[in-house]
Order: sequence, then C-alpha cells, then structure tokens
Amino acid sequence: MYGYTGKLLEVDLSNKKINEIKIDEEILKQYIGGRGLAVKILWDRIGIKWDSINPFSPENILLILTGPLTGFFPGGRICISGKSPQSNGVVGSTVGGEFGIELKCAGYDGIIISGKAETPCYIFISDSYVEIKRASHIWGKGGKETLKTLLNEGRMMLQKNKLGKWREPAVLYIGPAGERKVRLAAVMSKLTHAAGYGGYGAVMGSKNLKAILVKGTGPLPEVFNIEEVNKLIKCACKECYENQALFRQWGTGYGGYYFGNVTSSEPIKNWQEEWHEEKSYSVTQFERFWVKRYWGDFGCPTTCLKISTFKMNSENIVSDNPDYELQAYLGTNLGIFNPVENIYLSSLIDELGLCGINTGNILGFVGELYEKGILTKEDLDGVELTWGNLNAFALLIKKIAYREDIGDILAEGIYRAALKLSEIKKKDLLKYTVQSKAIAIGAHGVRSGLDYTDKISYACSTQGGDHTSVAKLPLDHPNSELTVLFYDSGVVCWFNDWAIQKDLKWKFIKAVTGWDITEKKWYEELAPRILSIQRILLLIGGPDIKWIPLKDDENPQRFYEPLPSGPAKGRYVDRKKFEEERKEYYKALGWSEKGIPTSETLMKLGLNDVVQFLKQKINGFYLDSTS
Amino acid sequence: MGKNIWIARDYLKCSGCRKCEIACSLFHEGKIWPEASRIRIFMLFPGLEVPHLCTQCDNYPCVNSCKFNALSINEKTGAVIVNKEACTACGVCINACPGKVPWLHPKEKYVLICDLCGGNPKCVEECHEGGWDALKIIPKTVLGFERKNYKLYAREPEDVTKELAKVIYGEEVS
Ligand code: SF4
Ligand code: SF4
Ligand code: SF4
Ligand code: SF4
Repeated sequence: MYGYTGKLLEVDLSNKKINEIKIDEEILKQYIGGRGLAVKILWDRIGIKWDSINPFSPENILLILTGPLTGFFPGGRICISGKSPQSNGVVGSTVGGEFGIELKCAGYDGIIISGKAETPCYIFISDSYVEIKRASHIWGKGGKETLKTLLNEGRMMLQKNKLGKWREPAVLYIGPAGERKVRLAAVMSKLTHAAGYGGYGAVMGSKNLKAILVKGTGPLPEVFNIEEVNKLIKCACKECYENQALFRQWGTGYGGYYFGNVTSSEPIKNWQEEWHEEKSYSVTQFERFWVKRYWGDFGCPTTCLKISTFKMNSENIVSDNPDYELQAYLGTNLGIFNPVENIYLSSLIDELGLCGINTGNILGFVGELYEKGILTKEDLDGVELTWGNLNAFALLIKKIAYREDIGDILAEGIYRAALKLSEIKKKDLLKYTVQSKAIAIGAHGVRSGLDYTDKISYACSTQGGDHTSVAKLPLDHPNSELTVLFYDSGVVCWFNDWAIQKDLKWKFIKAVTGWDITEKKWYEELAPRILSIQRILLLIGGPDIKWIPLKDDENPQRFYEPLPSGPAKGRYVDRKKFEEERKEYYKALGWSEKGIPTSETLMKLGLNDVVQFLKQKINGFYLDSTS
Repeated sequence: MGKNIWIARDYLKCSGCRKCEIACSLFHEGKIWPEASRIRIFMLFPGLEVPHLCTQCDNYPCVNSCKFNALSINEKTGAVIVNKEACTACGVCINACPGKVPWLHPKEKYVLICDLCGGNPKCVEECHEGGWDALKIIPKTVLGFERKNYKLYAREPEDVTKELAKVIYGEEVS
C-alpha cells in the first residue's frame, strides 16, 4: 500500500486501552481517508444504533484522520469527525497545521478515540510510544496557556535521554468551551486554527480529553512514484505562486470589504442586510496590524495566513488575519466595522476555543432578538446587546464559553437555543435563525446570486451550513460538495485547488497511491458512495433532533426576504426555483425526490448492507424507490 | 577559501511552510522526511518559526570535538561533511556546537549536518521560489574581509524564539 501507513491507533479512554489496527486496502480504495473514511468507520461502528447515541456519550467515537495526500499535496490538514453534536450526523471538519504530517511520520493514518476518561487527560504519541497523561493542570486554561504548557511539556518528554535538540510535537487541543461541552466548541490547532464545523471540541470535552500531542520521526509513507510526486509538487506550487497572487498577498482577508461591497453576500446584523460600503473594513486597514505577512502550514505554497497583533489595555492581542469568515461573523454580522475590534473578538474566540462562525452566527441571532425587543436586558443578565457594542458581544461570548446565565442556553448552538427560547418566549424564533441542520451558514449569502453559493448550497448539503462543502450542480463543479469531498478525504487544503490545473489532483493521487482514481470514477462512484452514507446518517440523526427529509432541506426564512440595500437590492430566493433545483440535485445523485438515496442507487454503489439495515431497523423509513 | 558560502536567515520572513525541510530531505534521503532534514524549523510557539541549520563557524567547534575524525570541512563550500561510516552517533559534536545544530539521523547511526548541498542549497532555492527569501546565500568573504556575523545564527532556537517573541508579539515566551 502506498501513501498510507496502513495503521490506525485506537485509544479507549474508559479502559485505558491502546491498540493498533490494520486497515484493509480495499476499504481505503473506496473511502480514501479523512471524511470518506470517517463516514465508513462511523457506519461500521455505530451505524446500527446511530439514532440512540448521544454525541456526548462515551459510545460516540472521535476520529482524527489523515488522507493519502496529507504531507504530499501542497497544504496539509487533518480531518476531525465523529457523530456531530450540532447536526447529529457526520461532519468532516478539517484544520491546518502539522498534526497530520507528524501522525503519519509516527506511523499512523489516524486515531480512533472511544470511551471517556475518568479525569481530564491528554494523549501523548511519540512514534509507537503512546501514553494517556493527566491534564488536571491545564484543564480550565485558555488556548495560549494550554498551548505554551503542552509545547514545553511535549518537548521535555521527547528530550528525555535523547541527544540533540528536539522539536515540539504537533498539538490538537480544546479551550474552556470544549471542556463545558459547548456545542459551538472547536478543536484547535496551532494558535488560531480551528476545526469549527461539527462541534467536535465539545466531543473532546465530553471525553475529558484536553489535547493530543504527536511527534513522528519516520519519513512520510512510501509512495507509488516519488519522482512523479516530486514533479507534481513542483508543478502545483509553481501554479500557486503564479495564480494565487491575491490570496498570497491578503488571504481571504480582502473579503471583509469585497463580499459586502462587490458581491452583496456578507452577513450584516444577522443577515438583515448583505451589503455595505465601509472602506474602514478594507484589507488595507487590516494589514496595518499584520506582523507576519506570509504564514502557512506544512508544504503550503500559498501561505495565505497572516498574524495580527496589537496591545489593548496592556493585554497582548494575537490573532490570524482574521480570515474573511471571522471578519464577517465577528464583525459585520454584529454591526462591527472596525478592524481592531474584529481582531480582538477573533483572538477572544481562539482563546476560549469557540468556532468563530457558529458563535458569530448565534450572537447575530441574539442581537436581532434584542433589537426587536424579544429578548431584553433582563433576559441577557444586564447585557445591552446593541449592534456594534464590542464589550457587550465580548461579554456574551465569555458567558457562552463558560455556560453562564443566558450563555448556558446559547451554548446549545443556534438551533437548540432557538427552540428553547421559543418555548420561553412562546413565539416561533426559529425563523430568525440563519442555519441549516443546526450548523451556522457560512458567510457567503445566496440571495444576490453574485457569490459562489446558490439556492440549494446550504439547504441540501450533508454538512448543513458548511460554506466549503456546498451542494451544487453540475456535480463536478469546482465548488461542489463532491469536489470538496475529495480534498476532505485526501485531507489537504482545498484553497490550493483554485490555482492548479484541474487534472493535476487525479495525477497526484495516482502517483501517491498507485490507484486509478479517475475523475469519472470519483464523481460517479466514490464520492456518491461516501455522500450517500453521510446523508443517511444525517437523516437518521437523533437522539434529540431528527431531520425531516425535504422539510428540513430548507433555506433560512431570511433568504426568502428581499435584500434591502445595495446593487442587488430586491433579490431573494425564489421558492419555486429552489424546489426545482433541489429536486434536480437529488435526482443527479440518484436520490429520491425527498433526497433519500434509493435502494437502487445504494445497491449500484455496492451498499447492500446499508439497504438491509434500513429495511430491518428503520422499517424502510429511509428507503425510497424511484420506480 | 574565497568561494565559501553561508546561509543567512531572516526569521521575520519565515512563513513556517517547511518547504525547505521537504526539499532537503528529498535531496538527501529521497523521501519527505522532516526529522531527517538538515534544516529544521522550530516552532516553539506558533508564529515564531526558527529555521535551524549549520552556520559554518570559522573555528568549527564541532569538527574539533569529534574524536573519531568523522567530520571534515569541504574546501570549496566551507560546509561540514559527515563521514557516515566513521561517525558513531556519540553526540559530542552536538554539545560542542554553540547552536546545538547537529541532529542524529532518526533511523541510522550518524549525525546530520548541513552540507550546503555541495554548493547549491536546495532549501534556499525552494524558499526563494516561494518568494519568502527567509534564507539567503551570502558569500563568506567580501573584499577580503570575512564576515563574522555567523555568530548571529549559531544559537539555540530557544534564545532566538525569545527575541522573536519580543519583536513579533511584544512579550516574553518561556
Ligand atoms: S522554506 Fe523558507 S519560509 Fe518556508 S519554512 Fe523554510 S525558511 Fe521558512
Ligand atoms: S556524533 Fe559523529 S560526528 Fe559527532 S562527535 Fe560523535 S562521532 Fe563525531
Ligand atoms: S554551527 Fe554547529 S555544526 Fe555548524 S560549524 Fe558551527 S559548530 Fe559546527
Ligand atoms: S543547504 Fe542543502 S543540506 Fe543544507 S539545509 Fe539546505 S537543503 Fe539541507
């Protein structure tokens, strides 16, 4: 087997058992790695009892997976998965950093973490040596302190009895939000990188797992053709140097102005508007705070990240760019158009280990309820949540992370919090939420029709509001969920895809694995297979929330309201057109009109076991026939 | 020794992309192998990346420390050359080096020290192609004067990190 180590590490935290398991080559050929492999492992391990498993119970498993391309294809990432405490389905949440490379060099393609530790712990991996260590001294600590302590401790452990200067291990960790099972919690990497969608920081917290450290001293696994891989790396990098100029220069940091002003698709005040002309929010204002202009992860030619710092009340504020998503969600969506305030909120989010998108989304929702008088100062425990009020939003963020007062309700995430608040206020408040399947919609609105997203993008995605994995036709569109699935399964950065020729990724996977994964095979067989299982697990859902096919494959109410301002003023999502497109999308995938993979489609994809299971266990509820 | 070269580093420009490690290990090991690279990027704290590699000290303390005559100096480039057969991986040269630069090969029994790729450093080439230029080739002698600023770089990564932390974050990082 090429490109893989062929082994997974399994850590059972309840019984403190550590195992190595071999992965079957035939399974990897079909599910590749990352998100694809996560879907397969989850189906095999908990598929049968999916609807009864609480994502926070010890029965849920946390998956940390690389892919065959990790370390080879420019821009390495790691994929975090499990049963999501947001959607109750599966999300493949990827994050940058060196973790995936270190893990492969240590001899593992991934880690399966099951059970729950009795007391706070972290996992330390040094090649084949694995230890579960106490974490009581860092439990409760914020991001910076946690990372500082663990990088030091990790190095000291590596240094023991060994010659030379050891480098730091790679670290994945959670902040206070994850420890408290806040459903908006991210798994953090480096200082500012977050696997946000899915809420897996809370799953780590539910297992009493503060962090995972890994150092691998071996080479990356052997590949099928190293000369070819080397050539392809050179070729891909060259294209990134030449074609990614805007991205290299500014990252997505140009977006705060661009997506508001040019494409009218930026969330403003909980998506009540999507257009602005605040020049104060342009990248030239942000870059004044950049102390590092090019920052990236292992093997990345683009290095689109930047580091911002400044001092505020003698406190040192550190954040990445912020990237566009955070510029929008911790800025415009809260009525904030000031780079300094936005950078401050980004650093606060990182420190607490929250997902900036999901948190900024719920803050906007609460902001609107406050504006409308539905939630009062008393409801918010004294916080006056007027748009643009930095201190009020910062306070609410802390309340969410620590589950204090109203924060305890909001910590349940946008969908569950809206249900709860609807109950308290005896009003339907779901209509003010801008989410899909309990996952915040990324900061790329669909109403103007000028951004890359469209009507069905979020409503039909198996990852809900995830702006990277959007439903799109044709199925092989460069932005489609099936295309992104390739990157989430190869576990590398999708941004670098934009600059390189379209056939390079197929050559790449061949040179690494030796397998013939052609474009045709991917779009007609491999991707639909993974996506179909992912869709079924999403629909089964439970135990607290189950999605109703079609009814819940919906746009937020807000997207049916016309845009109130800007050059795209008056545009909205036409419901009839949306329903037609949704039908077409499901048809293209071989799913029924309700978006349920048909037994014919599943059989054709070789998923006979899935069909049998659905027939027996769910009384065929999730089975439809096209005939 | 007029042609001797030397690799200068601008820590503030280092993106942490590790493409230098990829290039070095591919060239010397035929594999992507970060821990067998002769240049290693230390990230003792994110944002404070420190490229760590030999700086060809004028008095070569490493070479002088080796009791097995495993280290020699290449006349043309000034690089330290490791004799794999003679080296016992005892680690004495590591401690003799002011920057603790030498690093034991993770699988074999010999020490790794930058050999300047025989005069065409792959790491520098890679770093330049990417437009970062955190690594730069500088002639060791200019107008007959030998540059002595190599001492800037033959330092332990902890010390460099501390200073960088002050410059970049304005704070102390332990
Ligand atoms: S290639 Fe250059 S920028 Fe990249 S890590 Fe190496 S020294 Fe730093
Ligand atoms: S490690 Fe090798 S080169 Fe260094 S002192 Fe020992 S024998 Fe000599
Ligand atoms: S930097 Fe270290 S390894 Fe290089 S010449 Fe000086 S003492 Fe030797
Ligand atoms: S000059 Fe060559 S041997 Fe030295 S660090 Fe760079 S790539 Fe490695």
